[in-house]
Amino acid sequence: MTCSEFRTLLHGYMDGELDLVRNVDIEEHLRTCDACSQVYQAQLALRSALKSDELYFRAPAGLERKVRMATERPERKSWRRLQVPGWMGAALAAAAVVALAFFVLPMFSRRSQTERIAQDVLSAHVRSLMPGHLTDVPSSENHTVKPWFAGKLDFSPPVVDLGAEGFELVGGRLDYAADRPVAALVYRRGKHFINLFVWPSASAHDSAEAAAVRQGYNVLFWTRGRTNFWAISDVNRAELRQFTALVRARLS
Amino acid sequence: MDTHSPSSAFDQVVLPHLDAAYNLARWLTRNGNDAEDVVQEAFLRALKFFGGFHGGNGRAWLLAIVRNTCYDWLRRHRPSEMSDSFDEEVHEAVDPSPSPEDRLMKQADRLRVREALEALPLAWREVLILRELEGLSYKEIADVAGIKMGTVMSRLARARSGLQQQLAVDLTKE
Repeated sequence: MTCSEFRTLLHGYMDGELDLVRNVDIEEHLRTCDACSQVYQAQLALRSALKSDELYFRAPAGLERKVRMATERPERKSWRRLQVPGWMGAALAAAAVVALAFFVLPMFSRRSQTERIAQDVLSAHVRSLMPGHLTDVPSSENHTVKPWFAGKLDFSPPVVDLGAEGFELVGGRLDYAADRPVAALVYRRGKHFINLFVWPSASAHDSAEAAAVRQGYNVLFWTRGRTNFWAISDVNRAELRQFTALVRARLS
Repeated sequence: MDTHSPSSAFDQVVLPHLDAAYNLARWLTRNGNDAEDVVQEAFLRALKFFGGFHGGNGRAWLLAIVRNTCYDWLRRHRPSEMSDSFDEEVHEAVDPSPSPEDRLMKQADRLRVREALEALPLAWREVLILRELEGLSYKEIADVAGIKMGTVMSRLARARSGLQQQLAVDLTKE
């Protein structure tokens, strides 16, 4: 491999996008070329400078409301085009009140339900980090952790071993969130712990991963195969995403 | 409420990515108010196209719409930034001499990193934000930015070199 080839491929290497053979080529070149090895060190430094939460612009308060209003506007426009007589306007207004009661208010309550679960998950995570609260069954063996839940929960949580990928299974714990007992699976990434809360979903509808930040902890949650998953940790968002992607890949 | 209705699916698949949408719009327009306008317009488009979304990565799908909305917005309001058309050949990556850069990087505080990122050409800024801040894969970046997958790595290489040079320039100015 020439230095020029190396300096482009290095980026695929650092981003985990190269195949095994090229990875080996890169590492071989790194060992033998001082100049390129320094380029690599400089890129590592750059990467760590970019890994700052302060560079991420979160949506300002109020934008969600604006977006909701914007995405509801087309329906209102089509009503206006109808040119209805006055009495019908009153009837439509009454219908709007009914619609508000039946459609809009439940929508808010659903959102507040998500918010409540986020609070539960945050509290449970913080509590688990206090001395002696992390696990009920400390084990890195998924064959030990999974059966431990039998008889303690009305479902069998999926437990995956991600030790090879750098997320070491530490154990399992019973916890309480979303108004029910849930399984908490504990993983470790370096010095950071990740709690993965799992419980059955009432809905057969899968939902894509969503992200939130609560008191500095990253939260990712999704629903798949009638199961709710909530992951929370102080690892950065990209690493937590890597974790949740691995969990999903293992379970699909 | 029926959880399978289209508007509820939109709520679940698209709205959770509001932060990602705003972050990308903010970095591409370099202005908070403009970013808010772009995000609202992008969500309108997303709602319109939502029928064509057949599962998969909702975030990457939304970011592609946000990115195109940004470009349309820039063409309309700041054509000068767009006419400064990006040319891979002109912006040939020069490898920075590594050791002083390494030292300088460690001194670079976050404000400098932010300013240096904002000073990069649009096409470089976009791939860096998608990769470093959103953590998208090369495949997803290719989809969002409308470029070939093979181009993603070379553009990232140039963008990172460009950022290093920018940071070095910032520091030597003082």
